[in-house]
Amino acid sequence: MSVGIVGYGSYVPRRRIKLPDIARVWGADAESYERGLELHEKSVPARDEDTITMAVTAARRALKRAGIDPLTIGAVYVGSESHPYAVKPSGTVLAEALGATPAVHCADLEFACKAGSEGMFIAASLVKAGEVQHALAVGADTSQGAPGDALEYSAAAGAAAFIFGTDKLVATLDAQCSFMTDTPDFWRREYMHYPRHAGRFTGEPAYFKHTLGAAKMLMEKSGTKPADFAFAVFHQPNGKFPMRAGKMLGFTNEQMQQGWLSPWLGNTYSGASPIGLTAILDIAKPGDRILMVSYGSGSGSDGFVWTVTPRIDEVRALAPHTRVLLDTNKIYVDYGTYAKLRGKIRMGE
Amino acid sequence: MREVAIVGLGMSRWGEIWDASLRSLWTEAALAALADAGLDTVDSITVGCMTPGLFVGQEHLGALLADELGIPGVPATRVESACASGGVALRAAFAEVASGMADVVLASGVEKMTDVSGDECTAALATAADAELEVFHGASFPGLYAMMARAHMERYGTTREQLAMVAVKNHKHGSMNPRAQYRQEITVKDVLRSAKVADPLNVLDCSPITDGAAAVILAELSIARKLAKGRPVVKITGIGHATDAIALHSRPDMTSIPATTKAAQRAFAMAGRGPQDVHLVELHDCFTIAEIVVLESLGLCAPGEGGKQAESGRTALGGALPVNVSGGLKSKGHPVGATGIAQMVELATQLRGQAEKRQVAKARVGLAQNMGGTGASTVVTVVEVAS
Repeated sequence: MSVGIVGYGSYVPRRRIKLPDIARVWGADAESYERGLELHEKSVPARDEDTITMAVTAARRALKRAGIDPLTIGAVYVGSESHPYAVKPSGTVLAEALGATPAVHCADLEFACKAGSEGMFIAASLVKAGEVQHALAVGADTSQGAPGDALEYSAAAGAAAFIFGTDKLVATLDAQCSFMTDTPDFWRREYMHYPRHAGRFTGEPAYFKHTLGAAKMLMEKSGTKPADFAFAVFHQPNGKFPMRAGKMLGFTNEQMQQGWLSPWLGNTYSGASPIGLTAILDIAKPGDRILMVSYGSGSGSDGFVWTVTPRIDEVRALAPHTRVLLDTNKIYVDYGTYAKLRGKIRMGE
Repeated sequence: MREVAIVGLGMSRWGEIWDASLRSLWTEAALAALADAGLDTVDSITVGCMTPGLFVGQEHLGALLADELGIPGVPATRVESACASGGVALRAAFAEVASGMADVVLASGVEKMTDVSGDECTAALATAADAELEVFHGASFPGLYAMMARAHMERYGTTREQLAMVAVKNHKHGSMNPRAQYRQEITVKDVLRSAKVADPLNVLDCSPITDGAAAVILAELSIARKLAKGRPVVKITGIGHATDAIALHSRPDMTSIPATTKAAQRAFAMAGRGPQDVHLVELHDCFTIAEIVVLESLGLCAPGEGGKQAESGRTALGGALPVNVSGGLKSKGHPVGATGIAQMVELATQLRGQAEKRQVAKARVGLAQNMGGTGASTVVTVVEVAS
């Protein structure tokens, strides 16, 4: 019995801000971000968009491609570090909006940028165990960066949703693994508006150690090597890190290009590598093998090997393609508007 | 005074060393120096370290590190003079051996800089400037050295490109040093295009933030000869230390560093040498402009000629006077308290003929210049192969 993805969908807000528009406000050198981190613009959620609304839209698109009765979804997981409520689940709203209640197990997950892939890991495992017929996992974030902080140049918004099952698969899950240690490189305590991070420590000992560690563990477990994959997608906190990690592992630009969205999307945190995977599924051919590795600060990475099935050709046109969401219909906002939309302006009482 | 020689050399890993603390980095270097000398203990320890209190919340390094090395009980002292802490620790150790207070002394330096954020690091380093007269008004070291660069450009016509050529040369040297933190070669264009820090200095004009330690063991000359085991014996023939007003604006001239000139005169007088006798130099290129000004202040070129030294190739490996063949602070890295000792490690390695790809041919006399702040503390050391 194969377990895999039955339907997938993504959501990217229409609004964007260009990196030079942020840098100008803070007197920073825009070129060092554009050239050094390969970041050019990022998505900005509108006033009425949050992790839940984006999760609902992405999940509805996944449901459309899956073509299943929502009442067969026995589990709903929403991974995010920007759940709108500190107490009150995002998943209940999502499950209700989809019409999947009440016979459904639900949990909100948090693990910095890998909460989305965590949900995928658990959802696939529950299906594999036979506990549920279908399980939904969503990675969604309206991530925060303090005004003027380096994170402000990358923290973006977006969501991806995946429905797992055993029948009518668009991609089989061939292997999954987790690589995790206690490595505190980024954190936000309760009542803090913005996360803190340990600067360059977030690179080698955090992102690269875990991303490379999970990728190697995954390839060993699945008996694969980089050349076996048509596509690879990594967590993308900026434009530079995923390409560097991929090259260190032996992947080529051609393998990584399609899932590499961060230069024009920013870092969608829990949505990052999952949205990249949706962009790949949009164009992948039956038989293509895909390697996906997420990363969440704290720190850990989840890795997945997928193989695309012929059913992909029947479903991919049923919902908007991720690259279309990314490249068209954009509304550019200036820093003032961005600050207003992100709640960075303190309003009168 | 008794004659003093360098009998052991040790370096820790240098760079962003996430998996080692101050004590373990220092111990790496100290053990390497002991092993190199063939010793298992010393009479005394000096440790150069600028501000472990601000960087890692630890003072009282002398006792801490003597214990860490497994020889608690020996006299051990931390010595501080900002970025010249290493050079001053070397001088303190030299004085112990030369005076006969001790026969064998471990002179060491260490700094663990990456446990704090970049902003906290800049603030910690700024404590080497005048807190009341400079820092209070917003000056930090990139800004102070940028003013020196502006003044030098204005007075002597030194160009932006000439500054860049110092960084290009030192990265080329560093590419041949397996210990260097940043071993990639860079171009003038890279330096000019890199992010602005304090006009006219860009990020590639600045030495990096580095974790690292270095250690040398000094011994009285007859003991050193016994420990040499066929290697050339490297003597410290001159060491000079001088100070000046900490605040840059309190000095009559921003285009020279008088403490460096004084320290050099003292070192040369002790050694019975002059600038013309020197075969290679390790100097304190914390910013590209520093190498230019220091060359002039040491008397190794005429005032105003510093900018032409890297441009002409004179100070490159293979040139008439190779400067910073280790990569210098720019490429090798700058764990501030360790730098003065690491310069000694490089010079002794060169004089022993063990520098491999970056070996300076026929090097018999070397000079090191290590300074703190904008040069208010300088130590200049002359080392020579003993005949």
